[in-house]
Amino acid sequence: MSERRHEPRKRPWPVRNSGQLLLIAAAGVVLVASVAQTAVAGVRDTRIAIAFGALIAFGEVLRLNLPGDRESAPIGIAGALAYALLIRVGGYQVQHTAEQVVTVTAIGMIIGALPHLAVGRPAKVSSMATRLLCVAAVAFIFRSLADSDAISGHWGLAFSLMTSLVLLALLLEAVLTALMRVEEQRARFRVALVDEMRVQLPLGAAVGASALLIAFAAETMGLAAVAVFTAPLLLTQVAFRRYAGIRATYLQTVRALAKVTEIGGYVEPGHSERVSQLAVAVGRELGIHEPELLELEYAALMHDIGQLSLTDPIPGGATVLAAPHEQRRIAELGAEVIQQAQVLGSVAEIVRRQNEPYRGIEVAHEGRGRHAAVSRPAVRSGPPLSSRIIKAANAFDDLVGSSMDPDRAAAAVQQLRLDTVSEFDPDTVEALSRVVHRRSVIQL
Amino acid sequence: MARLPWRARLYIGTIVAAAVVLLIRGPFGGVTWWREVAVLGVLLVVFESTATLLRPRELAWSPAPIATLAAVVLVGPVGAALVGACTAFGLRRGPTLVQRAFNTGMLALSAYLAGRAFIAAHGHVGQPVSGSFPGIIGPFAVAAVVHAVANHGLLGGVLWLTSQPQKRGRRTSAPGMSLELIVSDLGYGAFGLLIAALWSVTGLFAPVLVLIPVAVARWAVAQIVEQQRAYEAAVGALCQAVETKDLYTRGHSDRVSRGSVMIAREIGMRGERVEALRYAGMLHDVGKLGVATRVLQKTGKLTEEEYAAIQLHPMRGLEVVREIGFLDEALAGIMHHHERIDGRGYPMGLAGDEIPEFARILAVADAFDSMTSTRSYRGARPIEEAIFELRRWAGTQFDPAFVDAFVAAVLKEGWQCPEPEPITGDLPAIPAQDHDDPASPLRVIASERYPGPVIERGPQVPGSRRPDLPDRGPNLNNANY
Repeated sequence: MSERRHEPRKRPWPVRNSGQLLLIAAAGVVLVASVAQTAVAGVRDTRIAIAFGALIAFGEVLRLNLPGDRESAPIGIAGALAYALLIRVGGYQVQHTAEQVVTVTAIGMIIGALPHLAVGRPAKVSSMATRLLCVAAVAFIFRSLADSDAISGHWGLAFSLMTSLVLLALLLEAVLTALMRVEEQRARFRVALVDEMRVQLPLGAAVGASALLIAFAAETMGLAAVAVFTAPLLLTQVAFRRYAGIRATYLQTVRALAKVTEIGGYVEPGHSERVSQLAVAVGRELGIHEPELLELEYAALMHDIGQLSLTDPIPGGATVLAAPHEQRRIAELGAEVIQQAQVLGSVAEIVRRQNEPYRGIEVAHEGRGRHAAVSRPAVRSGPPLSSRIIKAANAFDDLVGSSMDPDRAAAAVQQLRLDTVSEFDPDTVEALSRVVHRRSVIQL
Repeated sequence: MARLPWRARLYIGTIVAAAVVLLIRGPFGGVTWWREVAVLGVLLVVFESTATLLRPRELAWSPAPIATLAAVVLVGPVGAALVGACTAFGLRRGPTLVQRAFNTGMLALSAYLAGRAFIAAHGHVGQPVSGSFPGIIGPFAVAAVVHAVANHGLLGGVLWLTSQPQKRGRRTSAPGMSLELIVSDLGYGAFGLLIAALWSVTGLFAPVLVLIPVAVARWAVAQIVEQQRAYEAAVGALCQAVETKDLYTRGHSDRVSRGSVMIAREIGMRGERVEALRYAGMLHDVGKLGVATRVLQKTGKLTEEEYAAIQLHPMRGLEVVREIGFLDEALAGIMHHHERIDGRGYPMGLAGDEIPEFARILAVADAFDSMTSTRSYRGARPIEEAIFELRRWAGTQFDPAFVDAFVAAVLKEGWQCPEPEPITGDLPAIPAQDHDDPASPLRVIASERYPGPVIERGPQVPGSRRPDLPDRGPNLNNANY
């Protein structure tokens, strides 16, 4: 089901890193302090606490995976934020403290995570810790103000304060998740943050608005608000889940498409997968955003698909050894196949131009070298960055193959460097060299 | 929509007239809720203008019931009907004038009925206060159900009346879809109660708050439709990849898919399985990608090894599509679509009921399309002749039940034969043989080592190759490399 399935990629770095440990420790400290305080002061408004705790647990049971291996529990978060922002329930001024909010949220989350554990899906502790910290931040700010007359008397003022707090929580979640990603995938922070906000925006908006609606509606509806609200939230979540499911199937289909060259014996087994992993690592190194990174991944997976039209496979599938005009034809035919898929964005264009020298085609044809290129503006601009990355990654893999020998890798990088005058993009080759170097260092 | 059947016109006319009568009759004496109606009307126009198209030019998902149901609670049946009538001002550009009139009448009527049901279930019309809960939830639920049933009942009626007569009565995926829509209308209807409840706290601002989650829900629905399209395109690209290798069979996958779906509908298969079968049909020959192009395009007789390679293609196909989240049935269909009822097929030699249902269906559609297409060694056979061949091999090669179903479907709906391809030098390669053609099987050089049943896939048709054709067009592939 999930698109992660065929990616048990061996990450050369440890799975749980120091950043995650720090995050989990912070959440743990907040939780322990809150539980202790709640235990000493006693639980207030037990009925309300149970109702919201149940909603949070329910949301945690229904957590879903968004594209890009992101875990999210929208209903749970909405319930927890609403609990933190509650002022009155059916005319009764609520009394609970911020510590109690944290405690109830944590208990709800843990109860909700149990069914997942039972079927062998361990929770992502760092993701749960992030959610808990966001709720805690809102609770500690708002609970200290909730009693004041200014807030409980004017719904407009309360509304603006709540809105800003919800936005703050969502921003905090994006920042924390982006920080995790930076460490996990070696992405750049700014790139990761923008990607995170882009993915979280729709669901985050729904979560925030729902939290506000529950908090306000509870004023007239009482605890019935919680029950009434679950229906539309559930439907939205079903829609999201289905969206994620279809998207996963779609990506699997594209992967199957990418695999046909290997099954047809046109390329060495594993070649496409290796090129795409390397290309994505290089792309990340160069600060490419996630949507384009996905396109790069698929373009790299399918870069050899044009070989299908060859009557006989190129020996060993190494396109780098084929004549330039053959390479161009393969790229052209591959792009045609991908074009039929219409929706793969610029993937077809990336594949089509994967063999162009980075300085543009005209210069290379005349073979006048770089001075001619500088004095006379090239008629055609160079290929897109993704094409340049695939060109370098493909050449590297054709030279090195599945070999893990660091010396051989270094020699291959050196060979690419020698060709940066016209063929390979020097920035890309440098990024590739860093990625390859990192890999071999970790192996040693 | 230009030419509506008179029944449909009468139906739409009746609904619109009923709505108009309701709205004129009122009563409007002494009402104080014009402000609420105006706000909810605007909300409804916003919803209606941003409806998501589920099926092009036919069906759109709109969260409009949220506004009408809020009106049911706040202002009662007549006001709700008035809010529903605001559909007429929707800014969506898709619907024709008739569709718009119908939608308006439909929503006004449903809203009125829901309002009546709300009162009948002892719901109190007006702004809910703390004391109204949870007592109001019951009547509201009744109103929501009545609204959804009325809405989809009226809609189903018009869809039925305007559908093509020959398709009418056939079970398509529509019932499942409208059930889903009813459930979603009921769920999102809860927002209506929320708007009503918030009215006493935040006043006119209540609808604005609700807009955000509704917009997100709409976004998610649009994404589903979008991703579905992307998925279709990706499957199409896989087919295209197969046909790149074997240009002569252009469109074959698509037609086999259509033929299989015709059989499935004829025998009343469930919608979800029909979908799976459709994809299986599209991808049934994907394994040809794993067979050397040289073998696929060979003109002369095949050697044992080459024939074995062709026999392997269903397995190769499985290898390609295994990781796609298909139903297992579809995978089984792809793998076994060359099995024969008498057990002499490949790759496993299954017989009779051992062969998965999908595979037996695919086999019929596959062979039929092959026979009715032009091949380099023969012209396309007429449909009658192909049907005759299918019947001839029913019971030995094909499952008779599915042959009958297919023949019945073809006689009813017709069959779109592919355009005869001009055989010119433009075609890079012409496969001289078709492994799908039951009437002229692959010609294999019989070797001493493997004499036997694999070769006899059917009657040999001597001299079936058309003598007037050039041996082979200039092969561009070879010229280039």
